[in-house]
Amino acid sequence: MVQTRQATILGYWLTIIVAMALKIIPWSAPTLNLTPDWVLLVLIYWAFATPESASVGKAWFVGLLVDVLTGQLLGQYALAYAVSIYLSVKQHKRIRHMPIIQQSLFVCVILLIAQILFFWVERINGQVVPVQSWLPVLTGGLVWPLVLFVMRKTGFYSY
Amino acid sequence: MIVEQKNDTLKPLRDLLSVVVYPIQYVVDFPGNQLQKTIQSLKSYDELLSENKDLKRQHLINNAKLLKFADLEKENIRLRSLIDSSFKLGEQVLVAELVSVNLAPYEHVVVVNKGSRFGVSKGQAVLDENGIVGQVARALPLSSEIILISDPNHAIPVQVNRNGLHTIAIGSGQLNKLSLPFLPNNADIVPGDLLITSGLGGVFPQGYPVAVVSSFVEQPDKPFAIIQAQPSAALNTSRELLIVWNNKQVIPLSNQVVVEENGTD
Repeated sequence: MVQTRQATILGYWLTIIVAMALKIIPWSAPTLNLTPDWVLLVLIYWAFATPESASVGKAWFVGLLVDVLTGQLLGQYALAYAVSIYLSVKQHKRIRHMPIIQQSLFVCVILLIAQILFFWVERINGQVVPVQSWLPVLTGGLVWPLVLFVMRKTGFYSY
Repeated sequence: MIVEQKNDTLKPLRDLLSVVVYPIQYVVDFPGNQLQKTIQSLKSYDELLSENKDLKRQHLINNAKLLKFADLEKENIRLRSLIDSSFKLGEQVLVAELVSVNLAPYEHVVVVNKGSRFGVSKGQAVLDENGIVGQVARALPLSSEIILISDPNHAIPVQVNRNGLHTIAIGSGQLNKLSLPFLPNNADIVPGDLLITSGLGGVFPQGYPVAVVSSFVEQPDKPFAIIQAQPSAALNTSRELLIVWNNKQVIPLSNQVVVEENGTD
């Protein structure tokens, strides 16, 4: 397992880029509302795995990139990601020792906080958000074990 | 930071970042794009031949129609010069291809592969072969975001083709539906009426088809009726879109008279 600093940084950005691609892949209409926020899941993984290097600032920058990628207001995703990564880094010691189910629940809560922040800005802008747009919070929790498994398999850095 | 986005001060930053993330969009679009190219290259000779024949016939018919159109256009200009009103004309188009990426599930915004490098700017109207698709919401250097007329935040000034009744069509959030919420119960509009752009507001050029009225429900206890229309453009299937430049200059009515630039808009 490669654990040098360079490899970690490389792994961080590679996985983020893949997650961004996953985020904007067009799905058919019924599954569209179910797709979890892959970028945030990957960010949370790195926050748990390397809390020293996966900082809030990086999450904020990734959020800016996602903002541009998805045509949102600059700072909308950045705000949500920064806050949720701050929480994840704060709690990482406790989370690491939890069983997977409990981890998933915690991830659900973080996703919910991010989503609330995101939709809050969206509502200020006068955008009406349909109820089913909250579903990614649940599906995000459900796919967390999968994210964990895949990220550990990539072998850049694991906990 | 979010407040700053209300004006255009952060545009350079967005432009820069958009160039950074454009490769991701390109890669996501790549498989579908390639698939289409492969299908095209695998088409059989016979199929191509028959398609070619069809297209040639279509071309002939269109040309014949255009002949008539040119005549009508001249006549229109002549008639307008009789009533001393200027005539706006001349629209340039640019063909842009859809980049198949998904932005936010509840927004009807699509990305095309032509951006401000091709001179695309915010607010330009976008068409497909059947009618109005939407307008450019944001022009980035390599791509631009287009808001569809079916987006709940989008409104387009329209006119009933049959009698010239003006109103506004607002997106409903569903691709096959627009709503016309500002018409009274006794408005002269029936299902089947074609709605065309009225040219008011200055964003959309006048006279392009927008939608066909599909239902009209009177509400006797309310001031306005519930009217719905189906967009003419194939909002979810067309891959090539036309971005329109609306030429602001008016053409002179006759050889002697020079019309001032700020004529009717």
